[in-house]
Amino acid sequence: MGTIIIPTVVSLSILGLVLAVVLYLVAQKFKVEEDPRIDEVEAQMPGANCGGCGFAGCRAFAENCVKAGSLEGFFCPVGGNAVMQKVADALGLQVEEKEPMVAVVRCHGTCDNRETTNVYDGCSSCKVKANLYSGDTGCKYGCLGCGDCVQACKFGALSMNPKTGLPEVDETKCTACGACVKACPKGIIELRNKGKKSMRVFVKCVNKDKGAVARKACKVACIGCGKCKTVCPFDAITVENNVAYIDFTKCRLCRKCAEACPTKAIWDVNFPVRVPKAEPKPAPAPAAAPAPAPAPEVKPVETPKNE
Amino acid sequence: MKTFKIGGVHPHDSKISKDCAIEDFPVLEKAYLSMAQHLGAPAEPIVQKGDKVKVGQLIAKPTGFVSANIHSSVSGTVAAVEPYADLAGNPVMHVIIDVEGDEWEESIDRTPDVVRDITLSKEEIIKRIQDCGIVGLGGASFPTHIKLTPPPGKVAEYLLINGAECEPFLTSDYRLMIEQPEQVLIGAKIMMKALDVKKCRFGVEENKPEAIAKLKSFSAQYPEIEIVPLKKKYPQGGEKQLIEALTGRRVPSMGLPIDAGAVVQNCGTALAVYEAVQKNKPLFEGIVTVTGNCSEQQRNFRLRAGTPIINLLDAIGRIPADAAKIISGGPMMGKAVSNLLAATVKSSSAILMLTEEETKRKPESNCIRCGKCIDACPMGLEPYLLVRYSRANMYDELEENKIYDCIECGCCLFSCPAYIPLLDHIRASKAEVMKIMRSRPKK
Repeated sequence: MGTIIIPTVVSLSILGLVLAVVLYLVAQKFKVEEDPRIDEVEAQMPGANCGGCGFAGCRAFAENCVKAGSLEGFFCPVGGNAVMQKVADALGLQVEEKEPMVAVVRCHGTCDNRETTNVYDGCSSCKVKANLYSGDTGCKYGCLGCGDCVQACKFGALSMNPKTGLPEVDETKCTACGACVKACPKGIIELRNKGKKSMRVFVKCVNKDKGAVARKACKVACIGCGKCKTVCPFDAITVENNVAYIDFTKCRLCRKCAEACPTKAIWDVNFPVRVPKAEPKPAPAPAAAPAPAPAPEVKPVETPKNE
Repeated sequence: MKTFKIGGVHPHDSKISKDCAIEDFPVLEKAYLSMAQHLGAPAEPIVQKGDKVKVGQLIAKPTGFVSANIHSSVSGTVAAVEPYADLAGNPVMHVIIDVEGDEWEESIDRTPDVVRDITLSKEEIIKRIQDCGIVGLGGASFPTHIKLTPPPGKVAEYLLINGAECEPFLTSDYRLMIEQPEQVLIGAKIMMKALDVKKCRFGVEENKPEAIAKLKSFSAQYPEIEIVPLKKKYPQGGEKQLIEALTGRRVPSMGLPIDAGAVVQNCGTALAVYEAVQKNKPLFEGIVTVTGNCSEQQRNFRLRAGTPIINLLDAIGRIPADAAKIISGGPMMGKAVSNLLAATVKSSSAILMLTEEETKRKPESNCIRCGKCIDACPMGLEPYLLVRYSRANMYDELEENKIYDCIECGCCLFSCPAYIPLLDHIRASKAEVMKIMRSRPKK
């Protein structure tokens, strides 16, 4: 027995040792010189490899950061400002702080609001459905409800609500990587700034049809009446192609537009419940405790996060 | 018997309306004429609200190279020129006409006499076809005058007439070959003159023996047109498949039929060419089959373009209660109609009603790599692979695997034992890949 085992172990050990030395020498000889800062930067990255920054994964982002020599135009949406600051420290560069963003679904054509005009029995994919026809409701701009955005989201931040048939964003999980924006064939999802305490005002409709047509197809469609534009004191609203758009860089969250909207297509989310006939200035009221009296114009918040 | 070599499937024939003679469908109160009745850029309306129009009057002019004239199918007053939802619910510019009487343009010869002598020259024929707004009636609605003018440097050797009608249920071409065989053959002869070709082959599938016999009875008068019976196989009527079946040549990938020295025209187009050239009648009506297993009535109508589908179905009685899906075209390549108010176009071939039983998709399961879709694909593609790439939006790989060659015949989906919606995915990605390819600067 020993006559077989001992020579085998010895010969294999010697072989292993020799090859290890060879491998070491070869590795030294053909070593690829790489900027050590790339590894440093990569270590700071969240490692999601989502592509939200516009590069093929975190490593590619790090390589490009180091190569560029300036952090202008580079932003990791997943890690946000914290990670960018760490990257900047590692590279000894300056980075501008960016406002955090969040994905916003701009359609509220729920089963109640939008009448179904035909039954779609084809492949469950928005991409396929959009390529086939205008959709199973009168609105050809609205959500198709097959959930391509949900599938595209790598962070589990999107989910279909079976009651409304629309996707919902979980703000705590959304990293604003933009994958859902790309996946939506109707261009309904938009990245908007997260806003102070997640408070946001936006038009929850993208219907470009004329008012009467849009209204007929969906109860909560933007009819392009322009009332919001008139009341906006900050000139943040534009009405183009029969649909209003609120520029979030100009919006100061006064919520006048949401009140003025005749179809309630403008949503104000995560605002504290307003005390009826209280302060004239409705802007951020930090101490405003949730009043027990129900305020009729406040719509359900998108997520229960802020309560 | 001849047929194409790669792929193909054998769906059930279902030609239940084949013995119904062609009837003239009455003119309704309103006509909705789409400006997109052909492949390419939509036509530009040249009439305004309040204008009086006659049957056959030009109402829209082409806006691009691939585009065609549109003529009024009714007489009356233009009620509106506005967007109106098409079959898929997308708004398209329509000319809407309030019908008054049935007054035709005087220049149109409405006598039933067969005019046999071709007096016009080659150029005059092509000019007339262009003026009369003739488009291919085989499905794609490609403007015919472009097909009849081969690009410089390319020579057509064969004119091939498509009488295969391989789609189940459809019988419009069949009735045409039975009822107006001589006109179709004269139409083919006119196109031969326009193309300057000596050889013409007319392919008819073997399941239409009466049509083959009818056409062959004229072979003494038209010896230059060879009637070729073809083995029944879907998609025999596909342009590239028909070329292979009739000439044995294959059109190269991304190539045109002219690269194989052939020009393919549908037999319905041949009749339209005959009527345009010999009778000066523009294309504004066509044969439409209204059928379905659930429908009590099976009909073949000569239908004016611009008839709303709902009115067409009402005219043959109520829509059957068990009809779950209405399709414009055949069951394999037709499009489901999501908007019944949409109007027919000049190239409409059938309105098909299917029951829920017939149309319901079975639940999709995983691909088992059986390769049936590869066997079935008449273009030699690998549908299962295309779908995998397509699900991952890998457009470069899709282009490498020649997704642009897909003719969207649906053989892969038909043959898939796992009921994977192969064609749905491929079609969506093909559109995307074509968009990417078109956006690239040309070399």
